[in-house]
Amino acid sequence: MRAVTYERATSAQGAAQASVGHKGAKFIGGGTNLLDLAKLEIETPSHLVDVTRVPGLDRIAPTPDGGLRIGATVRNAELAADPRVRRDYAVLSRALLSGASAQLRNKATTAGNLLQRTRCLYFYDTTKPCNKRVPGSGCSAIGGLNRTLAIVGVSDDCIAHHPSDMAVAMRVLDAGVETVMPDGATRTIPIADFHTLPGKTPWIETTLKPGEFITAVTLPKPVGGRQSYTKVRDRASYAFALVSVAAITGPGLQRFAFGSIAHKPWRVEDAERLKGADAIADRVLTGARSTDQNRFKIALVHRTLDATMRGETA
Amino acid sequence: MHTEPTGGVSRREILGTGAATASMLAAPAMAAVTPDKAREADPPLVRVMLTVNGKPENLTLDARTTLLDMAREHLKLTGSKKGCDHGQCGACTMIVEGRRVNSCLSLAVMHDGDTITTIEGLGTPDKLHPMQAAFVRHDGYQCGYCTPGQIVSAVAMLEEVRSGAPSFVSPDLEHAEYSDTEVRERMSGNLCRCAAYPNIVAAIGDVHAGKKS
Repeated sequence: MRAVTYERATSAQGAAQASVGHKGAKFIGGGTNLLDLAKLEIETPSHLVDVTRVPGLDRIAPTPDGGLRIGATVRNAELAADPRVRRDYAVLSRALLSGASAQLRNKATTAGNLLQRTRCLYFYDTTKPCNKRVPGSGCSAIGGLNRTLAIVGVSDDCIAHHPSDMAVAMRVLDAGVETVMPDGATRTIPIADFHTLPGKTPWIETTLKPGEFITAVTLPKPVGGRQSYTKVRDRASYAFALVSVAAITGPGLQRFAFGSIAHKPWRVEDAERLKGADAIADRVLTGARSTDQNRFKIALVHRTLDATMRGETA
Repeated sequence: MHTEPTGGVSRREILGTGAATASMLAAPAMAAVTPDKAREADPPLVRVMLTVNGKPENLTLDARTTLLDMAREHLKLTGSKKGCDHGQCGACTMIVEGRRVNSCLSLAVMHDGDTITTIEGLGTPDKLHPMQAAFVRHDGYQCGYCTPGQIVSAVAMLEEVRSGAPSFVSPDLEHAEYSDTEVRERMSGNLCRCAAYPNIVAAIGDVHAGKKS
């Protein structure tokens, strides 16, 4: 890890200002992804803006319209265990609990989880080209080891996947991402518009602008239904998903979001009007472009959705 | 909690009070040295005050120092182990403000004012923590490298279960209960390459049940 200077932000806008006031500045929350990458010098921040002690960002509070506002620095473990989340947004609690380890969930934050980087092997391997790590250097994953990577929304420049479980649940819940700019302007970005596809600029992963700081994630009022998060992975715990399905189903209610198959949490609202797992999965995977190694994910999406719809999963 | 901002202390200021090692830092800050190189040669320092195993500590550290390196290199508390240094193995697990975390992914400066418990703070050879005694009784290890992390993690894990926090395998999110299946899921952040897992689960079960021998 390269040497860094450190400062502790005391307000959200102050954090945003600090990040544009220093070349090479990065926000740090839980640090579970940033420090991992900094040690490998994949991320090379020269200035860290610690946002963990900004007052109020660690709170979960009801919103006037009956939803929930989750502060940016609320830890994954706290969010998963919050009684309101367990009762009204079970899919979110389950998704969080399926991710990482207890130790990491005790550190990782809500905003940091949304911003975590891909687990593509070549993003981590600094001896190999990677368009996401070094723009224009090429993609080693296309034609390389790509069993875990994306099958929809891919480009000729990048087939990396987004590894978050939490974000998949946020997508099925129609969450909003609240932000503040260095000048104090605020906005709410619908989660559907928050993450981007790789296209020709795989190093751009969100629609955040320079200096824009996430203050909270908001959830609309509870929709009820049966909520589940099904995660298929290579070992029973503490592993990233190969395919995951966040589901909310009930009378007149059918919503599905998919994890680890794209550069962003993947949801196709059009498909939710169809009947039967195969028809829905076919629509969800329209335009899929898999490799010899990750073609199995297409069948796995069908089967995992089918198992979810039959209520055979948690 | 101590919340006064730290940071911005230069190595020069720190060493100004004791000049014995001045020859080690002759080069930095010359006109020909780029800011990045100067920074690497003369890394920014921070002051950190925290409580480790009940003892107040007042340290001056490179801002990059993790809680793990702080404990091992600066406080000579070498019980916490550096397995992967990337949050994958759990050998470095410490309890920070009541929560188990990977100390290898925690910057000391971000924990200014915090209370930290390492394996050395749980028990001593003369007076073992019940979890340590149970690991001995059940042979919950082979090489022993992961053991401090396993024990610290297990102690905090039982508190999490007592608080009612669910896990991914809890059938009912609103009423989590202790079981061996729960223990396996909740302890998955602590890897044991000797695969002593069955005995680790048994040791934890003893402590949960309040068994002494």
